[in-house]
Amino acid sequence: MTHFIDRRLNPKGKSLGNRQRFLRRARTQIREAVQKSLKDTSVADIEKDRKIRISTKGTKEPRFRLDPKAGGEHDFVLPGNKQFTPGDEIKKPPSGDGGRGKEAADFAEGDDEFEFTMTQEEVLDIFFEDLELPNLVRTTLKDTPNKVWKRAGITTAGSPTQINLIRTMRNAQGRRLALHRPKLKDVEALQAELDALEQEPEINREKIAALKEQIARLTSKRKWVGFIDPVDVRFNSYTEQPVPTSQAVMFCLMDVSGSMGEREKDLAKRFYMLLHLFLKRRYKRVDIVFIRHTHDAQEVDEQEFFYSRQSGGTIVSTALDKMLEIQKERYATADWNIYAAQASDGYTQSGDARRCVEMLNNDIMPLCQYYAYIEILDEREMEVFASEESGAELWRAYRTVADGWPNFATKRISKPADIFPVFRELFKKAETA
Amino acid sequence: MSNLLFSEAEWDFATLDRTLKAIEEIALKDLKLDVYPNQIEVISSEQMLDAYSSLAMPLMYNHWSFGKLFAREEAMYRAGYSALAYEIVINSSPCISYLLEENTMTMQALVMAHAAFGHNHFFKNNYLFRQWTNAEGILDYLAFAKKYVAACEEKYGRDEVEAVLDSAHALMDQGVFRYRRPPRPSRERTLEKLRARAQYEEESYNELWRTLPAGIEPPATAPTIDTEDDYTGDMKLPEENILYFLEKHSPSLKAWQRETLRIVRNLAQYFYPQKQTKVMNEGCASFVHHAIMNLLYDRGMINEGSLLEFMHSHTSVVFQPEFDDRRYYGINPYALGFGMMTDIKRIAMEPTAEDREWFPAFAGNGDWVGVLKDAWANYRDESFIEQFLSPKLMRDFRFFSLFDKSDESTYKVSAIHDETGYRRVRQLLARQYDVSLNEPNIQVKSADLKGNRRLILEHKMHRGVPLDGKTRELVLAHVERLWGHDVGLSEIDAD
Repeated sequence: MTHFIDRRLNPKGKSLGNRQRFLRRARTQIREAVQKSLKDTSVADIEKDRKIRISTKGTKEPRFRLDPKAGGEHDFVLPGNKQFTPGDEIKKPPSGDGGRGKEAADFAEGDDEFEFTMTQEEVLDIFFEDLELPNLVRTTLKDTPNKVWKRAGITTAGSPTQINLIRTMRNAQGRRLALHRPKLKDVEALQAELDALEQEPEINREKIAALKEQIARLTSKRKWVGFIDPVDVRFNSYTEQPVPTSQAVMFCLMDVSGSMGEREKDLAKRFYMLLHLFLKRRYKRVDIVFIRHTHDAQEVDEQEFFYSRQSGGTIVSTALDKMLEIQKERYATADWNIYAAQASDGYTQSGDARRCVEMLNNDIMPLCQYYAYIEILDEREMEVFASEESGAELWRAYRTVADGWPNFATKRISKPADIFPVFRELFKKAETA
Repeated sequence: MSNLLFSEAEWDFATLDRTLKAIEEIALKDLKLDVYPNQIEVISSEQMLDAYSSLAMPLMYNHWSFGKLFAREEAMYRAGYSALAYEIVINSSPCISYLLEENTMTMQALVMAHAAFGHNHFFKNNYLFRQWTNAEGILDYLAFAKKYVAACEEKYGRDEVEAVLDSAHALMDQGVFRYRRPPRPSRERTLEKLRARAQYEEESYNELWRTLPAGIEPPATAPTIDTEDDYTGDMKLPEENILYFLEKHSPSLKAWQRETLRIVRNLAQYFYPQKQTKVMNEGCASFVHHAIMNLLYDRGMINEGSLLEFMHSHTSVVFQPEFDDRRYYGINPYALGFGMMTDIKRIAMEPTAEDREWFPAFAGNGDWVGVLKDAWANYRDESFIEQFLSPKLMRDFRFFSLFDKSDESTYKVSAIHDETGYRRVRQLLARQYDVSLNEPNIQVKSADLKGNRRLILEHKMHRGVPLDGKTRELVLAHVERLWGHDVGLSEIDAD
């Protein structure tokens, strides 16, 4: 009469629909809260779930309820009397806080704010809500995804060309051992012995007969325990798999010469991470290439990129050279969307800026989906260069590139709080760009 | 040979089954309980949170407020403020109990005794549940409700449906029949009605009506296929069930909106008995699990370790902090209910002279099972306390009552747990559990359907306590949305 049912394997997230409805309902409040919470914390934490505190405005669920404070009279019973006797008077707690814990707590709606956890996905969705990838010229974003044949283990059926020799032979050997298949060597040894005995057939008649019988038995066993049997045969199996049709590579270029301190690098890092996150949401696969440069450029890993320091002059064009070189080698434009982000403090060897502009105009911009140049200044410089027109040599040079290419952007930042606005501006919705 | 049902903390289904059978034997033979068939489901903590946030029902229509509840519960749980309930039990037949997979075997036994027999017996036998809820039909009805709301969302848009549900939820407390027996919902009849409505709409469809401005519906309404609770033209006023009134008489609602109100109203009615029997229901379940676990131990079926674990959990459940304790959040229904039922057993078995004077009917009669079963079947919190709260228990709880007048700066101690105060304290405590006194008594006074269509609600104040001003305006806005015209609310002294 009793049933036990194991529901643990039932799909989870039964209330997901309700959660979506709730997030939608509290949209405005949540958006404010998310933006605020993102501004206050470091970008590296953006990939974590986060606690959001929102006001219950908009998600109130009012019910009629009585307010004994406002008028009338009532009685209530409490447990735990220690010293009171009938007729005693007890001062009321000041209205506001002290009243809680009495019966008001039973049906109070709760505070005006409440806290809950949003997943990274939900936070990012809100963050990216009205951003759109700029100039999404889909070089590889095809409607019909490409497919390739990929190895998918071993099967027992297939075409002879797909035979897996090693597996097949291994199986055969195992089977031969298990069934005690006589070895050819043994049979030959017996045959040799027989040949020797047959030199004098009269004396060894009995031995010869025994040997002959043995040889016949072995030979026949060798026949029915074959060297290779159909059950041994294995084939490589292949299945068709879609290849990621959209993939992007992100080139991070940074000047690491002495003039770039920790602060500058930190700002740059935050920008790169955000860009990376953004690309990750749009592309199935995102590669990152870190190129650092002083007077010459190297490809390095992330650790080196952000934390090691080099001495030397500053020649920006070397980094561009390096980027082109790597792109030619590994990232054909037919298969990859190319993004580049360059961070610098704006100094380069004189004359180099012109070379950079040439390279950008002639070689790099035609390849890139997007190229962002971030100039990191300190706050004092920020005031000096308040106008877009003024700036160091590199800035002025890059401004000319920006005029020619809508997908080239230049921005200046001086503190973490500048990053988000810049980022939003860089990737403004397509229609306004 | 050892009688032990289990000795390890880990559980498996074979152990659960064995234990349930042992518990069942005690429940049916020793305690003579009468229960719905049990269906026991093991769920994970996340599913428990899911269940929490849909009013502890296995099925529920979608609404953002449930998502809000989930988000809040989840945050509290993750932050460690609140532990999950060990169990959830649903008043349905078969009676569904949820066990949390993380429970130890001892806890599973406790939960099965508590939910599958304690609550189950109460659901099946208490007169409120018997008369006002339909245990056989509720799951079917919820399935219908969920489907219906989803279909409406698809047809009329989420925002539209959400608006109606918001307003209906705001009136849920005013959506029950307190005195009159409500018409019982049945899924078949509801579907039948829907079909008839859809068919009628199809038949009477007229291109002409499409050119009418939005909001005006074809003049004729659907044919009434059952007249028992459908609009008959005259309103019976005053009407305490505001949702019912709006469903039947609101001039601006469309058919699907009326049906949605009806769903919310039926749910409110389904939960209404639970509101009135918190103390008894939890008390009954706690008393039953306490009795069963102790019998299991007496018979050598669980070991000392399990007994201690059970006692630890039991005592924390029935713990009552005192009023000046920071942990005090009102009277713990588990503590009061369990205390009273244990006390009844004591009075039946070993009464004092005082008990004989207070409870001549059953003091010392030895049949505590009979007395309790009668109480469980025929009382609700208010009447149960009024009848069965003993002076001894009032002394144990050290109950005292305060008189509070809003314009005075002090509370007055009106009675305490002494010879002169017992009756007064008991009476006041009983009233504290009278739902009809503690919820605002709001009725539909009049509706001017021929003139300006103004709807007048009336709050009959009990001892001069008015409505909270802020929520009053918010809820009235919801009433206006459903009524479609002006709504007024007056507050008058009832006594």
